[in-house]
Amino acid sequence: MTFARNPAVEIGLLLLLAGQAGVSHADVKAGEAIAKSGTGNISACMLCHGLNGEGRPPAGFPRLAGQNRDYLVKQLKDFKAKLRTNPLMRPIASALNTAQMNDVADYYASLPPWKPGTGPAQNTAQTPRGAQLAQHGNWDKGMPACFACHGANGAGIPPHFPSIAGQNAVYISNQLNAWKAGTRINDPEGLMKAVADKLSPEDISAVSAYLANPK
Amino acid sequence: MNRLLDRLTQNGKFHPMWIVLAVTGVLIVASIVFIPARYEGSKEPKQKIAVADHAAAETLPEPDAGQHESKPEPAVIQTTHFTPPAERDMPTGEMGDMIKLGRNIFVHTQVYAKNLVGNGLNCVNCHLDAGRKADSAPLWGAYVMFPAYRSKNHKVNSFEDRLAGCFRFSLNGTPPAYNSKEMLALTSYSYWLATGAPTGKELAGRGYPKLDKPPRQPDAQRGAAVFEKNCAICHGADGLGTKVNAQYAFPPLWGKDSFNAGAGMHSVKNAAAFIKANMPLGKGNSLSVQEAWDVAQFVDSHDRPPDPRVKK
Repeated sequence: MTFARNPAVEIGLLLLLAGQAGVSHADVKAGEAIAKSGTGNISACMLCHGLNGEGRPPAGFPRLAGQNRDYLVKQLKDFKAKLRTNPLMRPIASALNTAQMNDVADYYASLPPWKPGTGPAQNTAQTPRGAQLAQHGNWDKGMPACFACHGANGAGIPPHFPSIAGQNAVYISNQLNAWKAGTRINDPEGLMKAVADKLSPEDISAVSAYLANPK
Repeated sequence: MNRLLDRLTQNGKFHPMWIVLAVTGVLIVASIVFIPARYEGSKEPKQKIAVADHAAAETLPEPDAGQHESKPEPAVIQTTHFTPPAERDMPTGEMGDMIKLGRNIFVHTQVYAKNLVGNGLNCVNCHLDAGRKADSAPLWGAYVMFPAYRSKNHKVNSFEDRLAGCFRFSLNGTPPAYNSKEMLALTSYSYWLATGAPTGKELAGRGYPKLDKPPRQPDAQRGAAVFEKNCAICHGADGLGTKVNAQYAFPPLWGKDSFNAGAGMHSVKNAAAFIKANMPLGKGNSLSVQEAWDVAQFVDSHDRPPDPRVKK
């Protein structure tokens, strides 16, 4: 399928790859209704992910506002298909159909992304290490910079690489540890597993803290 | 793969993949004819093609000598390479400013040397980690090896000549003038990265690690499958890169915004060596030797800007 020359065919294939086939129009409003009020037996997303999708840092519920929609849709599908395990998200994602997943992802993608400078102060002893890993990686171990794939200052490179800037430290740290332990396995081509395996516990702590407010 | 065959056969129109298939076929026939002849004269040095970029490669052991041992990399390259100074130790003052400008041109070529670049690439796309990473043609490895004779242009080249070559071929653009700020900045940055490195000595980690020949002739069709599985996530299913805010976040591997046909990366041998050691990013050396050659063959089989040395 890499040989498609016709742009329409290519776009069609890309959409298929991203699992969005058959969706007509993004419905931000419908997504907002699910996010704020829930649907059926599903409780509102905002109960855990915050009124404006900002996440709940102490509990490690991730920020969703401004996240790229393809990444969000994939995560919901993966929760449903048990490719990503999480006891809280599994029943919620399982109750959503594809259209609802698209709607709710469109809604969160439409919210303002993290604003640089907002977040925990970055002046601790581990800040230089966190900044080094995020901006330059650790090539002695073959680890690329976080920003090499997650974009300038962690803003994300849609469709596959999520924004990580302004994401809370508990969430990032949980995910890195999960990849390392092999309990999260839905990263494309095992790219995050390869990175997480090269991070020490101190590295994970430093880079997670840094990403909550990178500059 | 079925899709591919469908496209090649059913479309009715001429498809560029036929060129690849034809070339591959010719290569297979040629290899059947010539390989026995080569083994006849196996006392001769075989790797004549290597002289261009590996002036001192003769000092390395011939990989062909120990074919049965299939260890992928000499361990020395992985562990004990030269360490350039840390970014935080960059000097201050006017020299520091020049070094920093060089670094910025190198990493953000599209911004700091916009007028000199004719495609969508940045130096750092092939020279990873801002030109620091061993086995990814690091600047510290190159700087100490010039002036040097290069068979690419049949003359002794200065380091500036070598940089000019990158602009002309890999960046498909215009070399900066030799007394320009850009040239001085890039030279200053390279000089600084090579601080403490011995001059004229081939350092471990220089260039790309020499790659064993593949067990089978490189094959673009097999390469297409390797590409889809390992490369498309970043470089796009169409290989044309991924953009954010109109700039390439992941570089195009072919097409009008990629390196031209005169670039080093347009040699399948070079591309395979780079890919094996460095790709996918963060998973270097995860592809087999065969996969690296196949996917390099696939990448280099696509259309790209022409070699500016070839008259139309």
